[in-house]
Amino acid sequence: MPSPVIAAKLLTKKYKGFAAVDGISFEVEPGESFGLLGPNGAGKSTTMRMVGAVSTRTSGSLQILGLDPNEHGPEIRSQLGVVPQQDNLDMDLRVRDNLIVYGRYFGISTSACAAKADELLEFAQLSDRRKSKVDDLSGGMKRRLTIARSLMNDPKVLLLDEPTTGLDPQARHILWDRLFRLKEQGTTLLLTTHYMDEAEQLCDRIVVVDKGTIMAEGSPADLIRTYSTREVLELRFGSDNNATVATQMFGIGDRVEVLPDRILIYSNDGDGDLDRIHANGFTPVTSLVRRSSLEDVFLRLTGRSLIE
Amino acid sequence: MTVAIENASARAIAAGIKPRRYGSWYVAEHRIRGFRSYYKTLLFTAVGSPFMYLFALGVGLATLVDRQNALGGTSYLVFVAPALIASAAVTAAVEECTYPILMGFKWNPIFFGMNAAPISGAQIVNGIFIAVLARLLPTTLIYYLVMLVFGAVPSPLGVLDIPIAILTGMAFGLVIASYIATVEQDVGQPAFIQRFIVIPLFLFSGTFFPLTQMPIFLRWIGWISPLWHGTELGRVVSYGAVEPGWLTLVHVLYPIGLCVYGWRRTQVVVARRLNK
Repeated sequence: MPSPVIAAKLLTKKYKGFAAVDGISFEVEPGESFGLLGPNGAGKSTTMRMVGAVSTRTSGSLQILGLDPNEHGPEIRSQLGVVPQQDNLDMDLRVRDNLIVYGRYFGISTSACAAKADELLEFAQLSDRRKSKVDDLSGGMKRRLTIARSLMNDPKVLLLDEPTTGLDPQARHILWDRLFRLKEQGTTLLLTTHYMDEAEQLCDRIVVVDKGTIMAEGSPADLIRTYSTREVLELRFGSDNNATVATQMFGIGDRVEVLPDRILIYSNDGDGDLDRIHANGFTPVTSLVRRSSLEDVFLRLTGRSLIE
Repeated sequence: MTVAIENASARAIAAGIKPRRYGSWYVAEHRIRGFRSYYKTLLFTAVGSPFMYLFALGVGLATLVDRQNALGGTSYLVFVAPALIASAAVTAAVEECTYPILMGFKWNPIFFGMNAAPISGAQIVNGIFIAVLARLLPTTLIYYLVMLVFGAVPSPLGVLDIPIAILTGMAFGLVIASYIATVEQDVGQPAFIQRFIVIPLFLFSGTFFPLTQMPIFLRWIGWISPLWHGTELGRVVSYGAVEPGWLTLVHVLYPIGLCVYGWRRTQVVVARRLNK
C-alpha cells in the first residue's frame, strides 16, 4: 500500500483556548479525492490552512508529502494548488497576468509561465477573456481562474475550500466537470464543502466534521448505508401541524425526524410507507420520496442540518 | 516510508530552493507589474510635481524671501530644493506603504494568495519595499533633473540628494507600513496619516524655513521627523550648509534606524496575520 500524501494525527488548532480543530486524524492516499463535509464553523477551513502549510498547528502531527509543514512550509506549498474560499486574484492585473505572476512564485520562468497560462486558460474555458480585467469576470469565471491559477505549478495535491459556494447551478456543473477531469488525471484532491451533492459528486471518501471533530468516515455510499436508510419520505402538513402529526406515525419507517418545515421518514420502501400513511387517513399537503443523501447522514450524526 | 513518498519529499525540497532564495523578488516583480495599470498617473506626478513646486516656491516665493536676504546669501530656491525632493519621496513612499498593504489583506487580498504559494510573509514585505524603492528611484531622479534645470543645485555633490531623498522616503514609509500592517478595519487611517502626520511633518520639518525659526518647544517635531534629517543632510551636500559633524552623522543614522525598525516590524506583523 502506498504511503499517504497527507497524514494528520490528532491535529489540533486552538485560538485563545477555543479548539477550532480538536484532535482530528485522517490520511489521504495518492490520487484520492477526499472531502471534509460539515457546516460552517466546523473547523474545515482551519484544517485546510494547516494542510496548506500556512497556519501552524497547536498540537498533533501532520505530514504532507512526507514533510512536516512546521519545517518545510515553502517546500510543501511548492507542491500544492490552493483554491481558497474567498477569491484572492489580483484585481489590478488582467486575467492572463494573474496566472503569470502566480507561476513566478514557484520559480517558474516567465516564458514557461506564459505558455502554461495559455494552456490553463484553455482548460478553464477562459481563453477569450485572457485580456479582461478580473473585476469584469462573473463569479463562476473568477473561480475557474482561481482554479487555473492553482494549477500553474502542476500540483501534486489540490486543496479546494468550498469551491462552488456562491455559484449558480450551471457554473457549479462546469466547475465540477473541470475538477472531475483533474481527478481522472490522478491529481489528489482535498476539498471542503457544506454541499452534500458536491461531496457525492467529487469525493471517493469523506469525513463528516462537526465542532472540530470527526463524526464519521467512509465513501458517500458507505456513509449513507451505515447511517441512513435507502429512501426518505418527506411530508409537509403545514408548519404548525408537523410536530403533532409526527407523533402519530407509529410503526412507519425506521426513524422519524421533525424539521420546522417538514417531517422526514427514513424508510427502505418510501412508496409503500406513503400508501400506508394515506390508508391511515393522513393527507399531507405535499409528499416526496427520494433517495437518502449525505444531508441525512449529517442530520443523523449531529441532529442538525448542514445548511442552517 | 515508501519510495514514492520519498521521491515526493525530494521533489518538494528541490522545488523549494528558488522560492526561498528569490521569493522577495517575485513579489516585487508582481507589484511592479501592477504599476502598469496606473503608470500614467505615476509619470504625471513624477514629472509634474517638481515643476509645480520648484516654480511656485523656488521662483515665486523666492522673489520675496531673497529680497530680505533672510538665508544669509543662500537663495531660497537652493535652500528649499533639497526639502522638496525629500518630500516628494516621502509622499510616494507613504502612498506605496499604505494602500497596497491595506488592500493586500482585505480589498484585494493577494497576500493570502502569495502565502499559499511558497512565499513567506517576510518575503511579501521585502517585495513590497523593493517595489517602493523601484518607484522612488525614477521619482527622485526626475526631481533631481528638474532641480538642475532650475539651477537649484550649486554643488556637484548635490547628486547625493537622490539617495538621501530615497532614504528619507523609506524611513517614513516603512514605519508607517509597520502600523498599517496591523490595521484590520479600515476606518480612514490612511487619510488620517496623510492629514495629521505627513502634512504637519511636511510643514514643520525645516522644509520651508529653518527649524531654528520655530519656538524651541515645537522643534522636537523636526527632530523626530525623518524629513527634517533628510532635508538637512540634503542641504549639506547640495550647497554646503554648515552644521556640526555629529549632527550630519545623526541625519544619516536616524533614518537608517527607522528603516530597519519599520522593515523588521512589518515583517513580524504581516507574518503573524497571515499564519494565524
